Amino acid sequence: MVDHSSPPRPPLSTASLIVRLASIGVVVAVAAGAFAYVNGTLDPQRLRPKTLVNALETNNGLHPGYRRNHAKGVCVTGYFESSNEARQYSSAQVFSEARTPIIGRFALPSGNPYAPDSSVPLRSFALQFSLANGQQWRTGMNSMPVFPVGTPEAFFQMLKAGAPDPATGKPNPASMPAFFASHPETASFLAWVKTAKPSASYATETYNSINAFYLVNASGQRQAVRWGVVPQSQDAPGATAPEGSDFLEKDLTQRLVTGPLRWQLNVTLANPGDPVDDASKAWAGEHKVLNAGTLVLESSQPQLDGDCRDINFDPLILPSGIEASNDPLLAARSAAYASSYLRRTSEVSQLPSAPQESKP
Amino acid sequence: MNAQPRYFAPLARRLHWLMALMVIAMLFIGAGMVASVSERHEWLIHLHKPLGIAILALVIVRLVVRFSTRQPPLPADLPLWQVLAAKASHWVLYGLMLVLPLLGWAMISAAGDPVMLSSSLQLPALVPANAQLFAVLRKAHGLLAYLLFLTVLLHLAAALFHGLIRRDGVLQSMTGTKD
Repeated sequence: MVDHSSPPRPPLSTASLIVRLASIGVVVAVAAGAFAYVNGTLDPQRLRPKTLVNALETNNGLHPGYRRNHAKGVCVTGYFESSNEARQYSSAQVFSEARTPIIGRFALPSGNPYAPDSSVPLRSFALQFSLANGQQWRTGMNSMPVFPVGTPEAFFQMLKAGAPDPATGKPNPASMPAFFASHPETASFLAWVKTAKPSASYATETYNSINAFYLVNASGQRQAVRWGVVPQSQDAPGATAPEGSDFLEKDLTQRLVTGPLRWQLNVTLANPGDPVDDASKAWAGEHKVLNAGTLVLESSQPQLDGDCRDINFDPLILPSGIEASNDPLLAARSAAYASSYLRRTSEVSQLPSAPQESKP
Repeated sequence: MNAQPRYFAPLARRLHWLMALMVIAMLFIGAGMVASVSERHEWLIHLHKPLGIAILALVIVRLVVRFSTRQPPLPADLPLWQVLAAKASHWVLYGLMLVLPLLGWAMISAAGDPVMLSSSLQLPALVPANAQLFAVLRKAHGLLAYLLFLTVLLHLAAALFHGLIRRDGVLQSMTGTKD
């Protein structure tokens, strides 16, 4: 029995002392080693959020305070008018309330905030719906119908193929074709990109969720879906992108002066057999499409002082009634966006204070 | 005056071991989720938030128990520096168990994200949305979590030192076992 008033027990033999001290050391070392494995220190091959964000910085240069991808953009505000058509598929309040306020952001898919608007044939549109019950729905959509690849590992390989060669400062022209050749899942994207042109306006584009999600109704039924927004504005036939490198934001601001811009939110229901875990594959054939309501954009603000600046458009911030699919890109986007968000929010003071102007 | 207790109160012991499991699980979950782009990232976050709030609630109960029960004294022959280290490390452990969940809650609030413990259970924002505040809180959350892990390792080593080397009853005061 232990007695606090009595002196410690007879001394341990030297051998016993060494064994016991060593045992304590082993226990502590095993615990520390397990932790170092879990946090990636002892597992350097693991694809981590910072690996992806570092690759984006390598390819695009470091632009403190800006998003590490889709860096050039413009904030918009407005609201969503529900049509009630999605209500039987999802209990999310956004589909039953008449109006839900939205903050959005149009952007160019590149990590360079000074990229010319004509440099890529892609545009993106991110949205935050602020539901009356305090929940939120965030979605980051793109003008392409499918993603080039289906996994974060392949996406990382694609970023590496686009990395500048240290010798020339430019990507090796053979790398990207070699990447596409070794990744046949890129065929759908490549077929689309052949026909794609840089559009003259954010307002005339269709934007797609690309990743699949589940709508869940009040009785717990799950329906796999992809969604997208289809513009009510159309380009005049033959309209082409104007000269200059910063026409998109000006065009948007001008259009909003004359009145709100509208998109229809379409929700495509998956057919049995449609891939719900592979964003590189299109859903072919006839599909039931719900008209879930109308997005109405009323105003825009420069991104440097607009409401969208400090929003991380994490596609896994979802309200009750919408759930993530098993698409591995969703978790990767969420994880990498969190890493990018911490970097750029640490650099807010380095952002130019005036609204963004084109730099030489 | 009654004789000094040899053991921590049964409720204090139960809380200690339950929270030891939770805190260690939480540290590994946190370190793993921020180092993964796989689906693990997502389901670990869904564990991390409710577990953090559970730890916050339990540490408050535990502080009440700590102040309302009698603690077994440290051995009279324990060197002063070890006494001071023991007392300081315990308050560091209590402090971090209290502060880390609050920092996590506050940093999600500062990011402007809804603080969701499940798909529909939501907590109010602890602070208003502010990007620069988010960056400070997020970094503090990570750094203090590493400090907590190091303090837990030290606590573990010290407990084993008492149990295996000094054999002075300190480890048994928390295990509740008679040796």
